[in-house]
Amino acid sequence: MTRVYTKEGVAVPVTVIQAGPCPVMQVKKVGETPDGYNAVQLGFEDNKPHRSSLALIGHAAKAGTSPKRFLREIRLEDAPTAALGDVWTVEVFEQAGTRYVDVIGTTKGLGYAGVMRRYGFGGQPASHGTERKHRSPGGIGANAPRGLGRAVKKGKRMSGHKGHDRRTVKNQQLVRVDKENHLLMVRGVVPGPNGGLVIVRQAKTKA
Amino acid sequence: MMHPLIKAVEQADRNENPPEFRIGDTVSVHVRIIEGNKQRIQPYTGVVIGRRGKGMGETFTVRRIVNNEGVERIFPLHSPKIAKVELVRAGHVRRAKLYYLRDRVGKARRVKDRKRITKGEAVAAE
Repeated sequence: MTRVYTKEGVAVPVTVIQAGPCPVMQVKKVGETPDGYNAVQLGFEDNKPHRSSLALIGHAAKAGTSPKRFLREIRLEDAPTAALGDVWTVEVFEQAGTRYVDVIGTTKGLGYAGVMRRYGFGGQPASHGTERKHRSPGGIGANAPRGLGRAVKKGKRMSGHKGHDRRTVKNQQLVRVDKENHLLMVRGVVPGPNGGLVIVRQAKTKA
Repeated sequence: MMHPLIKAVEQADRNENPPEFRIGDTVSVHVRIIEGNKQRIQPYTGVVIGRRGKGMGETFTVRRIVNNEGVERIFPLHSPKIAKVELVRAGHVRRAKLYYLRDRVGKARRVKDRKRITKGEAVAAE
């Protein structure tokens, strides 16, 4: 993250995202392709040919480009107008007049964590007779005899691996678009580590 | 280490000649104040007692005494609100953070003058 200043001199914290250029690697259309739904597959970041399989090299060649490190499919409501080999850049946001975006990414993996750290549980008292259970979750369900349902409900929050989850951060202000370097500057934070892959889309609920 | 992308973005945005001064210097910070659609400049003079951060987030703290009350203002080094920073007096100190000045009263509050002044600072003082 860094910060940029508005004309009035107000500092805005922003995350810089390298967004594209993304060539269209595959087009799926209802009726025309056997897939049965509408979508485009976008590629991002060149991969060295010797690190790609022949299948991927062939797949990229169809779109007239080199093999890519990341391929992601974007589902669309209507039949896509894009053709194979078209290149999508940050300009798509400009043309749509986007002011807010949603950013989808995979959060940082934080390893095995107890319930206090993972879910913010309160733990147990430090004293008044508490022994060796200061960070335990407490009760997780009543006893239930066989055949009468289950004692511990599915989805009960317990200790386990924290992080490395797909998360969407919604309605982030799109502060600046740098067409030359294909950069988006989004106000605030974005899921994932520095250098992680994210998907940026126009905000679904805020214009 | 700073990510190359961030570095490039900051290059474009940063104050091209960041003001030159050191900890312990007495400076006059010219702050742009926007009132309605009029803009005027208000100087704020005091001793630089610290600098922190790097890149676009770098800030410095200026301490002065107003009506017998200590006042500290923190300025972002690259803020467009800062018209210029004028060097009033070069000070000699042996600390990076002059928090000890907060406990000093009267004459003890003074900072020794620095004899050697570098070229860039001389230009800034003009």
